[in-house]
Amino acid sequence: MNAIEVRDVRKTYRRYGRRTTFGTLKSAILTGRVARDLKADEAFEALKGVSFDVPSGKTLGIVGRNGSGKSTMLKLIAGIGRPTAGDVKVQGRVSALIELGAGFHPEISGRDNVFINGMMLGLSKREVASRFDEIVAFAELEEFIDEPVKTYSSGMYMRLGFSVAINVDPDVLLVDEVLAVGDEAFTHKCLDKFADFRRRGRTVLLVTHSLDMVTRFCDEALWLDHGLVRAQGDPRRVVDAYLLDVAAAENRALARNPAVSVASTTEQPEDMMKAVEGRWGSREAEIAAVEFVRSDGVAAHVFESGEALAIRMRVRAHHPLTDFVFGVALFSAEGVCCYGTNTDIEGAEPLEFTGDAEVGFVIDSLCLVAGTYTVDVAVHRRNGVPYDYHRSLYTIRVTSRVNETGIVRPPHRWTFSSGIRISGL
Amino acid sequence: MLHSLRQLLRHRALVQSLVARELKARYRGSTLGLLWSFINPLLLLSIYTFVFTTVMPGARSAGIEPFSLFLFCGLLPWTWFSSSLLESSNSLIAGGNLIRKVLFPAEVLPIVSVFAGLVHFCLGLPILAAFFIYYRVPVPLTDLAWFPLIVLEQLLLTLGFALMVSALTVHFRDLRDLLANVLTLAFFLTPIIYPLSQAPAWARPFLNLNPFTTLAVSYQEVLAIPGPFLGWPRLLIFAVVSVAVFVAGYFVFDRLRDTLAEEV
Repeated sequence: MNAIEVRDVRKTYRRYGRRTTFGTLKSAILTGRVARDLKADEAFEALKGVSFDVPSGKTLGIVGRNGSGKSTMLKLIAGIGRPTAGDVKVQGRVSALIELGAGFHPEISGRDNVFINGMMLGLSKREVASRFDEIVAFAELEEFIDEPVKTYSSGMYMRLGFSVAINVDPDVLLVDEVLAVGDEAFTHKCLDKFADFRRRGRTVLLVTHSLDMVTRFCDEALWLDHGLVRAQGDPRRVVDAYLLDVAAAENRALARNPAVSVASTTEQPEDMMKAVEGRWGSREAEIAAVEFVRSDGVAAHVFESGEALAIRMRVRAHHPLTDFVFGVALFSAEGVCCYGTNTDIEGAEPLEFTGDAEVGFVIDSLCLVAGTYTVDVAVHRRNGVPYDYHRSLYTIRVTSRVNETGIVRPPHRWTFSSGIRISGL
Repeated sequence: MLHSLRQLLRHRALVQSLVARELKARYRGSTLGLLWSFINPLLLLSIYTFVFTTVMPGARSAGIEPFSLFLFCGLLPWTWFSSSLLESSNSLIAGGNLIRKVLFPAEVLPIVSVFAGLVHFCLGLPILAAFFIYYRVPVPLTDLAWFPLIVLEQLLLTLGFALMVSALTVHFRDLRDLLANVLTLAFFLTPIIYPLSQAPAWARPFLNLNPFTTLAVSYQEVLAIPGPFLGWPRLLIFAVVSVAVFVAGYFVFDRLRDTLAEEV
């Protein structure tokens, strides 16, 4: 049996472009356009025909970029707002963790607010009373429950809101990115509560940007993109497809070649270390284009840690040169130089450089942790005087399946003697 | 609409709790607390009494004695009516977070405003009773029997207007300011500080068009004016009007319901 059935749901938000701020009755009457003002003149389609089912007792995770319609979908399932077209069917009591503690009144005590909030979420007064101790204990607010809510810290406020909503004990629980309440211990308690929910065969719908949670907790995942379902099914598969798409979008965003647009000078900045971004040099030799290439030969800007990366520079000497050095440096987002080298440091002897040529800098295994890195490339004389220096003009992103810390990931493996049994590494 | 009404009935415990919260929250932190519910109408009453008995005693017609008693009979229900409408016009906007984020029948909010007003009205009744005892004016029980019906009709009428105003204010924010002025005007167009009989004959039909006139006159006749209550046929007819206003108000609210979450 399906706990949630969504059939070809569309949701169009109306936009009132003609009205500047709030519509005023006076202006509507004065200009004789009451009827016209009540009509929207622009529509924004948040959902463009979405269908899916959630079988009873399953946990579905919804992923997608900002503005893809995730929260709108959740609101429609919760019954806040109706679809413009299509059908949403939900079996049983729904509780939505959309905004915690919405409707708390600051002046009255936590106790009264628990009762009112519980009743707003659909419990009877008696039901709230019977769960009251549990709610307060879960929120860890026994000492403060008779204080007015305005004296609560934001963490206390959220915990109480979460506790009420989760103790409504719904058949269908909708969660929208609200697990960031309270400290570690409280987050664990929330996760335990979700697990408990699943054990008891309740249906959970989770909207989150934490893909980790989706792969760990969900039986199935749904990927919404611009109001349409892009993929549905096994969480691992959907999350991977989603990540690939995000990487592709990032590639596109990083791909614009900035060397062309940046104003260049022949002057070298006085302090190289303080230069933020730019291009300078005498231009006797030039770096015309820079490409980042994956092992399969495709140009990209997003690389998996451990993958091969080749920096390919198209260079040109305007007259034959015998004094030249090619250099490359990688910087972390904080500006820390992760690695820098050039042909001179490595002991190369320049012999001749004429006309158009190509220089490749090949890293067989990119030993960096996940993050954004900027790249400097340069061609200069052996004494350091630049022909063409590109400072921080290129950005690459390194992704990783594991979230290690630091900058460098040395190739490594773990070993264990007998007596330790471990799996997954 | 019937479905919505049934939903609403299921939420009556919530309305009750919210009214209690409203009253609690309003006086939280004030020294006199709930006493303000008594002091407010008393102060208003003494101002009007002072103006009409001391400053310009000629302005009021003879025959209604004591004047403050007559005044109180109209002023108390009017305060309920006008403050409920003003508050409910703001209720949806103030509770916007709830409507956008929690599934819950939005009409509860204006309804709570009206019922909170009713509680204040009821708290004013002992003061009214004290006035009757002080002036030794007897109220016949046969007349008093009509009193609950008048209150009920006023409740329906106020609810109808409150629902309509609250939903429309979400779309037209300046309705709030307009409403304050309309209510001031309506106050003077209702026989509260003067008896209906004192109004010139040509004006009386217009005054009678004012829905609150029937209520004010009924309160006065039942309570302050000696003699049997002769206005009961009119009161019965007005029951139809109050039900109609309630239904119309609820209908308007129901029609605008889906737009509220997006507009508020």
